[in-house]
Amino acid sequence: MSVGPALDAGLALLASALAVWVVLARQAFGAVVGFVAFGLVLSLAWLRLGAVDVALTEAAIGSGVTGAVLLAAVTRLHCARPVVAAARCGRRTRAISIASAGLVSAGLAALVLSPTDPAPTLAPQAAAALPELGVGNAITGILLAYRSVDTLLEKIVLLLALAGIWSLARDGAWGDRPAPPGSGRRDGTLTLLGQVLPPLGIVAGIYIVWVGADAPGGAFQGGAILAAMWILALMARLADPPVVGRIGVRLAVGIGPIVFLAIGFAGFALPGGFLSYPAGFAKPLIIVIEVALTFSIAVVLGLLVLGPSARGTQR
Amino acid sequence: MSVLRDLFTIVLVSAGAVFFLAGTAGLLRFPDPLTRLHALTKADNLGLGLIVIGLLPQADGILAGLKLVVVWLLAQLAGAAATRLVARATGRPG
Repeated sequence: MSVGPALDAGLALLASALAVWVVLARQAFGAVVGFVAFGLVLSLAWLRLGAVDVALTEAAIGSGVTGAVLLAAVTRLHCARPVVAAARCGRRTRAISIASAGLVSAGLAALVLSPTDPAPTLAPQAAAALPELGVGNAITGILLAYRSVDTLLEKIVLLLALAGIWSLARDGAWGDRPAPPGSGRRDGTLTLLGQVLPPLGIVAGIYIVWVGADAPGGAFQGGAILAAMWILALMARLADPPVVGRIGVRLAVGIGPIVFLAIGFAGFALPGGFLSYPAGFAKPLIIVIEVALTFSIAVVLGLLVLGPSARGTQR
Repeated sequence: MSVLRDLFTIVLVSAGAVFFLAGTAGLLRFPDPLTRLHALTKADNLGLGLIVIGLLPQADGILAGLKLVVVWLLAQLAGAAATRLVARATGRPG
């Protein structure tokens, strides 16, 4: 494989160039487009490193959902009248931020370029205990067994983000439907896409969650695909955004963390510790958690893209 | 046989790459959005199609080959729809 290094160098150059473009772009829209392209290049780089799970997450979340949220924000900014004049930072602030960012980059570069030999790793110990969990994919095993508190808190962070976005709604619109995404016009092309793609996408999303136990995939990646299908159907006006104040919506948003927490607390009673799984039941419990999390993640990601409730926007 | 198969792959993938190159050149050089889209769709449809056909003999098993074809079909669907949406967003009547 003599092509490998050239390909890696090309990816690294492309990623750096795109990152510079995102920072320097004059217009927010161009910067967001650059950011999405940057995410895709980055996921290719993760693939080259053999981290397929990370690559999938980067493509689905880092590039896809975040890109959609940023695009929605840019559109909203264009529509809104400026309330305060955009703050211009002075020369000194700029110099300080450039210097501190450069320092962080230099520190990271120094760490990466001078690794200790052998690099410190817990991978062998982690891999040794995986068979007990019955989960073939090491990433899923680690996320839901060793690092389950982290994984749980990630979901809570998603809920906080959603609460933050919802709280931007005007008082009169609180708990109402968010504005439908997109231009607001019905369009034959979008209708076709919204009818043809979701069946395929839903199967793909569920498949990615299911294989997540034994192969690259998992709740976040699958949930992002499901959320994308939902947004597509909403854009094509094949469905209406939900009334977010309804108890069903709140339950859908919370069911993943609730199930996770319930199983976590049950760990106190049975095997004797928060989030510890009883022997022999690790795999089924992990699957129950994954399914509940996927559902909530899909709903939350979709609602994040939809934005705050708005009144008088339904057509 | 294996040499023939590799030759087939090399020729078709190269042809696909040429379409991508031409499409990118068109995207950069053409004067207005509609002609740029025209250039882009050639890269999407023909370029990716040729690359997929070129890679088919290298796929291990029928299932992997089918996956490649599905990738091409999905890219076609998404590409065609996105192109039409962008074209409409340019504000021309139609």
